[in-house]
Amino acid sequence: MSLSLVQYLIRRLFQLALVIFIAVSVNFVIPRLLPGDPVATALARLQTAGTGDTMDIEAVSASYRARYGLDQPLWNQYLNYWSDLFRFDFGVSFSNFPEKVTTMVGAALPWSVGLLMTATLLSFAVGSLMGARLAWPGGGRLIRALVPGMMVLSAIPFYLLAIIMVYIFAVELRWLPPAGGVETTRIMRLDWATALDVLRHAVLPCLSIALGSIGFWALGMRSQMVCVLGEDYITFAEAKGLSPGRIFFRYGIRNAFLPQITALALNLSAVVSGAVLVEVIFNYPGLGSLLYVAIRGQDYFVIQGVVLVLIVTLAVAMFIVDLIYPLLDPRIRR
Amino acid sequence: MTARFRAYLPGGVGSRLGGTLFFGLAILGTIALLSIIGPFLTDASLAQVGAVTPRRPPGGDYPLGTDAQGRDMLALMVHATPATLKMGLIAGVIGVGLGSVLGLIAGQFGGWVDAVIRVVSDSLLTVPAIAILVVIAGSIDRMTTGIMALVVASLSWMFTTRTVRAQVLTIRERGYIEVARVNGETPMEILFREVMPNVMPYIVASFVGTVSAAILAIIGLEALGLGSQDEMTLGNTIYWAQQSSAVLRGFWWWWAPPIVVIAMIFVGLFLTSVGFDRFANPRLERR
Repeated sequence: MSLSLVQYLIRRLFQLALVIFIAVSVNFVIPRLLPGDPVATALARLQTAGTGDTMDIEAVSASYRARYGLDQPLWNQYLNYWSDLFRFDFGVSFSNFPEKVTTMVGAALPWSVGLLMTATLLSFAVGSLMGARLAWPGGGRLIRALVPGMMVLSAIPFYLLAIIMVYIFAVELRWLPPAGGVETTRIMRLDWATALDVLRHAVLPCLSIALGSIGFWALGMRSQMVCVLGEDYITFAEAKGLSPGRIFFRYGIRNAFLPQITALALNLSAVVSGAVLVEVIFNYPGLGSLLYVAIRGQDYFVIQGVVLVLIVTLAVAMFIVDLIYPLLDPRIRR
Repeated sequence: MTARFRAYLPGGVGSRLGGTLFFGLAILGTIALLSIIGPFLTDASLAQVGAVTPRRPPGGDYPLGTDAQGRDMLALMVHATPATLKMGLIAGVIGVGLGSVLGLIAGQFGGWVDAVIRVVSDSLLTVPAIAILVVIAGSIDRMTTGIMALVVASLSWMFTTRTVRAQVLTIRERGYIEVARVNGETPMEILFREVMPNVMPYIVASFVGTVSAAILAIIGLEALGLGSQDEMTLGNTIYWAQQSSAVLRGFWWWWAPPIVVIAMIFVGLFLTSVGFDRFANPRLERR
């Protein structure tokens, strides 16, 4: 490990810490900027909405006031908030009292991560390959014909594609289930039937996200590849008599790929924002649907928990992408 | 082989460029025109809940059908589109305005101000906007289209800030800035008379992208049910269609019109922004 790599790592760690700090602070400050205390307001709204009949408002409210020290100075509350977070204590759900927010978020997180990782890797790989092929002379007549369609799809929000997908493949053709993560009757086990069920339910949400982003990756890769193919080392490789396939993959893609990784890190946040709504459309049991249900039920601590986990998970994912970067680019290691 | 690659570099780019911008502006112009004229031709009261027979397929008195709450879809679309566009434009103007000011300050004055602005904008760019917007929008008691525009604008400035800051940094090193300084112009005069005009094309180009991102965020928040409850917008229409399982119940005329309008808005903005980008960065044209 050289000095510059250490500096790079330290800078990235600092940024990761900063993003988490901002997320936590925003989560803490915004509800408190408004008049009244947040818990009382949320509970009052719950009551007027008529969904709070099933619980003892006074008891819940008192227990929160005591636990969060809402009568203490703001600075103390802020420190308490941090110490709770470090103990993974995000509070308790109002609607599903007394279930812990951590449990609910923990149950939803794997679904979201699985869906997003598959969709992103799929669209990133397919899109980049398509883009590279587009820049290759005479390459991909079929792909070229697909490009305008892909561009239009990438301009449309994922969740609108999701609605269209449900209509075509679940309502009209009845090929795939319209909603949920597994059949409602399924008992989750580690066997083929369960895996197949999970896959069947993931196809449409995954396709909505992937189809909506392939065009973006293809366009980015194309412009990078065009630049790379104009470089002298390509001419040299050609003069050496290397096969076109070798030039394409080892000389072209290998070099054009790096800026794509940077673009991936920069665009993950937009993908996540879109995916939250895709989950809502499919009622997929991930963080997006949990957030939606929490918003509808004014479930204050669940909203906060989901938002925080979304931001932190994404920040960590980007950190990992940035850690992979030096492995792919030997120049940065020097 | 290199010659072959060079020859491949798109030759007709010039004409295609104009085409992109033209198509984008044409789509946006059509939508804008319909948004301005439409409300005069259709009766707004038909778009109220219970105004017409619910769940009618398109045809006869209802060219686009009616939804399950008794709203005429055509009237709803005609009045919802301008509302959504208006929110997007307000959020875009505020976002770009704020972003430009911060970018100019960061680029021109440097030092710790620059460091703070840069770090905050870079960090916010990596956060999924919807997460923070949900917390803000969820804390507001009575949402209106105006407040929605403000909420979304609060996270729409970072991209402009980055672009403007980068441009100011390169412009600052140019000869004519040095000349102006020697001529005795104050830093403020240099900023507004010398730097500003040269940054303008980039500000205009980032405006289109910002409006597009703002509309995306607004419709997203509305689809989550955080929009104004009693105003007609495209996002609210999607929300109600989703709430009533319009897709599963086969009311395609309920969800298809807002999707078509929204898709046209985004495709129009996308083409315009690609066209503008090449216009603002002529170097892209050669690629």
